[in-house]
Amino acid sequence: MVLFTRLAFLSAILMLLSSCGINNIPTFDEQVKAAWSQVENQYQRRADLIPNLVETVKGFANQEKDTLTAVVEARSKVSSMQVDSNLINDPQKLQQFEQAQQQLSGALSRLMVVVERYPDLKSNQNFLALQSQLEGTENRIAVSRRDYIAAVQLYNVEIRTFPGRIWHSLMYSEMALRETFEATAENADQAPKVSF
Amino acid sequence: MRLMLRIALSLSFCAVSFSAFAEPQFPKLSGRVVDQANMISASVEAEIAALSEAHEQATGNQVVVVTLPDLQGYAIEDFGYQLGRHWGIGQSDKNNGVLLIASEAERKIRIEVGYGLEGELTDAIASNIINAQITPSFKRAQFDAGFVVGTRSVIDALGGEYQMRTASSKKQGAPTNWVFLIFVVFFFVIPSLFGRSSIWALIGLSALAGSGGRGRGGGGFGGGGFGGGGGSFGGGGASGGW
Repeated sequence: MVLFTRLAFLSAILMLLSSCGINNIPTFDEQVKAAWSQVENQYQRRADLIPNLVETVKGFANQEKDTLTAVVEARSKVSSMQVDSNLINDPQKLQQFEQAQQQLSGALSRLMVVVERYPDLKSNQNFLALQSQLEGTENRIAVSRRDYIAAVQLYNVEIRTFPGRIWHSLMYSEMALRETFEATAENADQAPKVSF
Repeated sequence: MRLMLRIALSLSFCAVSFSAFAEPQFPKLSGRVVDQANMISASVEAEIAALSEAHEQATGNQVVVVTLPDLQGYAIEDFGYQLGRHWGIGQSDKNNGVLLIASEAERKIRIEVGYGLEGELTDAIASNIINAQITPSFKRAQFDAGFVVGTRSVIDALGGEYQMRTASSKKQGAPTNWVFLIFVVFFFVIPSLFGRSSIWALIGLSALAGSGGRGRGGGGFGGGGFGGGGGSFGGGGASGGW
């Protein structure tokens, strides 16, 4: 009987603890990691689209060598980067990754401006399909980045505010606050606009 | 005593949740067609709702048509996926929802595709549906026709039966031919059968029928209890304008 009451008491305490957020910090940390892999996925998806896009544009506008080369180079720089879940634990590496991706965004948007001059290309079904896929992927990147920022915010707020703060100091002191994306330049959050 | 009070107070904050981001104001999910901007006639609303319901019964996919008066300053891409998540269109384990969104003030249109349907309704297909099927109708202010053909195309695409079309298909000519045919029947064929006096009666009748069919808004979604299944969206789809 005594054992039974003790067990009941223990399980009641456990339930009370979990409802007060003892598991929150690791849970939110996993959510941050999941959100990050989604960001990586979408960037990868964009990188996968580029060879096809470049080939299609080449067929119609081969004289735009410089713009095309810039895209190809930016892409190879992005794909050469070692990307794993450790990236988000290292703010400096994260920033490098961001810069490389932004360079690719810039090169791509310049390419998209240049192709406006080729009506044949603009009416090519294959190109239109690729263009809409690229637009969709840029949008997916934006959404996944926002989700990642929200996940990091949730995690950081949990560590800094009241019940989480105590659990953090008691049990999870090795889990540090996380950095999120930083704008590297002014208006870096907007795609660059090019006018002629 | 004061200390106790303080602890109780701070514990009560434990339960208070906060929203991390400012979210737009979302309309209520009143049915399969949420016509906030009154762009769709009641009969067409029922037609689209029936299409969507039949498709859901066959496949489990949820297709919802939304019209908005404006986007509250958001880009339609921003608004669309948040609205889809807010409503939870699609089943939570499959994320198989699609939103067809039009905003009247910005003249923007978007097909928002749930995670689980990005393979069937690709960005390229969504873009083709918008540019080749919906926009031509919308440019002539034929919103009913645009929404119906848009919904049909989305459902076709989900079944893998959509054929890519170029923007200037011969379909565009069809409505004017129909108008011409009806004109001929009303003003030449029927009068020659019944004599002149019946023209005005016919005009009166057709006006009545027209106003009945074009009555805007108020298409209440009676019963049914349509609701989202908790599906999520990741920004797939395409946008356009008219």
